[in-house]
Amino acid sequence: MSEAREYKYIGQRTVRPDGFDKVTGRAAFGADLSLPGMIWGKILRSPYAHASIKSIDTSKAEAHPDVMAVVTYQDYPAVSSGGFEPGDGPTDLRDLARNVLADDKALYHGHAILAIAARTEAAAEKALSLVDIDYEVLKPVMDVADAMQPDSAVLHADLFTKGLAEQPENPSNIATRMELKKGDIEAGFAAAEVVVERDFYTPTVHQGYIEPHATTVRYDDDGQSMVWCSTQGHFDVRASTAKLLSMDLGKLKVIASEIGGGFGGKTTVYLEPVALMLSKKSGRPVKMTMTRDEVFRASGPGSATRSTVKIGAKKDGTITAMQAKLCYEAGAFKGSPMGPGCMTVFTPYDVENIYIEGYDVVVNKPKVAAYRAPGAPQAEFAAEMVINELADELNIDPIELRLQNAAKEGTQTVYGPKLKAVGLVECLEAAKNSPHYKQALPKNQGRGLAAGFWFNIGGQSSVVINMNPDGTGTIVEGNPDIGGSRASMQLMAAEELGIDVSKLNPIVADTEHVPYSATTGGSRTTFATGMAVIEAARDVVQQMKERAASVWNVTTEQVDWADGVAINMTSDDRLTAAEICRGAERTGGQISGRGNINARGAGPSFAVHLCDVEVDKETGKVDVVRYTAIQDAGKAIHPSYVEGQYQGGAAQGIGWALNEEYIYNEDGVMENAGFLDYRIPLASDLPMIDTIIVEVPNAFHPFGVRGVGETGIVPPLAAVATAISDSIGVRMTHLPCSPPRVLKAIQDAS
Amino acid sequence: MATVIFSSELQRLTGEEHASVIATNYRDLVAELLIRYEKLTEDEILTMAVAIDGEIIHDPLLETVSPNSEVHFLFRISGG
Repeated sequence: MSEAREYKYIGQRTVRPDGFDKVTGRAAFGADLSLPGMIWGKILRSPYAHASIKSIDTSKAEAHPDVMAVVTYQDYPAVSSGGFEPGDGPTDLRDLARNVLADDKALYHGHAILAIAARTEAAAEKALSLVDIDYEVLKPVMDVADAMQPDSAVLHADLFTKGLAEQPENPSNIATRMELKKGDIEAGFAAAEVVVERDFYTPTVHQGYIEPHATTVRYDDDGQSMVWCSTQGHFDVRASTAKLLSMDLGKLKVIASEIGGGFGGKTTVYLEPVALMLSKKSGRPVKMTMTRDEVFRASGPGSATRSTVKIGAKKDGTITAMQAKLCYEAGAFKGSPMGPGCMTVFTPYDVENIYIEGYDVVVNKPKVAAYRAPGAPQAEFAAEMVINELADELNIDPIELRLQNAAKEGTQTVYGPKLKAVGLVECLEAAKNSPHYKQALPKNQGRGLAAGFWFNIGGQSSVVINMNPDGTGTIVEGNPDIGGSRASMQLMAAEELGIDVSKLNPIVADTEHVPYSATTGGSRTTFATGMAVIEAARDVVQQMKERAASVWNVTTEQVDWADGVAINMTSDDRLTAAEICRGAERTGGQISGRGNINARGAGPSFAVHLCDVEVDKETGKVDVVRYTAIQDAGKAIHPSYVEGQYQGGAAQGIGWALNEEYIYNEDGVMENAGFLDYRIPLASDLPMIDTIIVEVPNAFHPFGVRGVGETGIVPPLAAVATAISDSIGVRMTHLPCSPPRVLKAIQDAS
Repeated sequence: MATVIFSSELQRLTGEEHASVIATNYRDLVAELLIRYEKLTEDEILTMAVAIDGEIIHDPLLETVSPNSEVHFLFRISGG
C-alpha cells in the first residue's frame, strides 16, 4: 500500500542510460543488423483494395538466377480461426495469418500477397515484377457507414455479427455489436432541461513512428532460430511467429532491437513470420525492411470512427443522461478498439443514466493496430465536444461543469467496477489554477479544454537483478524501452536496494535470458515491470541480509538494511553491499534476485488539457499558440520522462486534430502515403507544451505509480477542436481540422 | 455472499442484473455461475477480465472473494 514518503532516488531527473548510444548513433535499431550470407526479402503487395486472387504464377520469378526463395500463404501450416493472445489483445490466428500474407482475397491496397528472397535487394525487387497474379477486382468498402449498410459488399463470407439478440442468418461487415448501460437512459433525458446531440467523424490515422518495421532472421532446422526486430514486445513476436510456423517457443529466440517509436503500432507481426519462412526455404539469413510507403499502406493504423453523442443536463449543470453510438473501423479483419472506446467514452463523469452501443466493422483498409490509448481518443473526442457545447448552452465554465459532474473515488463506472482514488478533480483544479487558464485570451484567439481517461494495465513482467562482486548490479528486464523506462527501472531498483543509480545497469534481454514479459504497451511498463524490479530488489536485499547474518553469526531478523548497508542490530557492525558481494563466494555464491509477477491493480489515469489557437480566417490554417497538459501520474518516478510522455501524447493528439488523415481515392488507394503529404506536427509547428504533474498515489503500487504513456493523447482532439470552434464560431465535428475543412466551415457560416 | 453484477452483455446470458454467490475464490465463483446459468459458457466467462472490489485482474484463478465482495466481469483491456 502506498503512502506519502520521502524518496532518495525516485523523483530524480537522472540521465537516461541509453541516451549516449542514441545521440551518437551507436544504438542498433531494427535495420542495423546484418549477418554473414544474408539475403534480402521483399513483399509483393496488392494493387487493389478488394480483389479475389484467382491464381498466382511465380515460375518466372523462381527462375531468376538470384532468387533463393518464394513464399506464399500456402507455405505455412494450416491454421484455424480461434482466439490467440500474442500481444495487444485477443487476435484470431487465421486473421493474423491472412494479414501477414493474403490467402484467397486481397483485402486492402498494399495487402501482402507473397514474398521473395534474393541475393540483393534489387534482384528481389526485380523478381517481384516477374510474378503473374490473376485478380478479380471487387468493389472496395472504404467507410464504416457504408460498410454497415445491409446492401454493402461483404468482405468475409464467414463473418457473422456477434452480440445480437438473434443469431444472424447472413454474413455482415459488422463483426461485433456491444452495449453498455447504467440506470434509465430515457428517464435521464426526460429529466434534462438542455440536451445537446452531435455527430462526429475521426479519420484513419497512423502512429507516425519514425523507424519503419525491420527484421533480420536466421532459421535453423536443427537448433535455435533467431529473429532480430524492432518491436514493443519480443515475447509476443516469438509467440506469433512460432505459432504461424508451428515451432516450439524454445526453438525461437527473439531479440528486440532499440526501437524508434511504436505507440502501439509495433505490437503485432508483419515481416517476421515472412522473413523466417524465407530463411527456412532458402537456408540463408534474411533481412526485410519496410519503406515508409509500405508502413502507411500495410501496417496497422488507428481506427476511423463515426459517432453520435447525446448528453442531457439540468440548468444547474447536473448531467442527467449520456448516450453514445460509436462505430469503429477495424480494417480488413475484425478487432477494432471499439470495446475500450465504449468503456472510456463517459468515464470522466459520475452520471446515473448512461447508454452506449458500439460497432466493430471491417472495411478495405489495413487491419488497425493499437494506437496509444486505443479507441479512447476517438470516443472521448465526441463526448468532450458535447460537454463543451453543453457548458456554452448552460453558460457554465467548462471546468466548473466538469467539476460538478466529475468521476471520483466511489464512482460506479459503466464498464463495471467502482473507481478507487483517482485524480480527475485534482487535475481540473490544477487546470483552473494554472497560469494558462488565468491568462485572458487575446481577441483573435480561441481556447479549448478537454478531459481524458485511460485505464492503464498491469500484466506479466519478469526481472532479474544480478549483483556483481564489486557491488554493482545489472537489472535484466524483458520490456523494450520506448519511453525511457530503463531509467525508471534504475531509479526504483536504487530506491529499494539503497545503491546509487550509477551502479545499476538496466538492460533489455532477449527471450532466452529473462522469463516472459508482456508487451510494452498499455502504459504498463513503469507500473508492472517496475513492480517486478521492486520484487527482485527486495529478493536481493533479503539475500544480502542472510549473507551478512552468516558473517556475523546472528539471525537474519537481527540484520537491518538501510542505504545499501547491512546493519547488525546486536553490535552495530556494518557491511556494505559491495563488501557482501565481494565476499559472496564464501557465503554461498553470487547474489541474484528475481521478480516474476502478474501485476494487478493498475491505477487509471485522468488528464485535462488546455489549448489556445489562432486561426488564419483567410486560409483556415490553425496555429496552436499555447498548450498545457495536466495529468495524474500517481507518483512520477522520473519526472522528465513523465513530462515527455505528456508532451508526446499532446503533440500526437494535436496532429490528429489538425492535419493527420489517410486520404483514399475512389478505388481505395491511399494517396498520401508519406510524411510530406501525411502531415505529422514538426517541432516548429508547436509551442512548448507546458506540463503539470498531479500526484494522487495508486494504492496498489509500492510507490504509488500510475501509467502515464497513453492518457495524454486522449484530450487533445477535443481541446484543439473546441479552441478552433471558439475562434471561428463554428462547431468543428469532423477531424482533422485541416485548413481546407476549417476554411469551408468559415465560408459556410458566413 | 459476494455480489456479482452482470454487464448488459452478460445479462443477455444470465437474464439477471446481479447474483449473490457463496464462494471464497474466483474459480469457485465461476463454477457456481456456470451451473446457475445455462447460456453462460466457460469460453465466454474465462476470456473476460474480472474486477473484484475494484481491482481489475486479467488472468484470475484463485483470487480471494469475500462475503462482501463486489464482482464485475469486463472485457480485457490492452493498450498501445
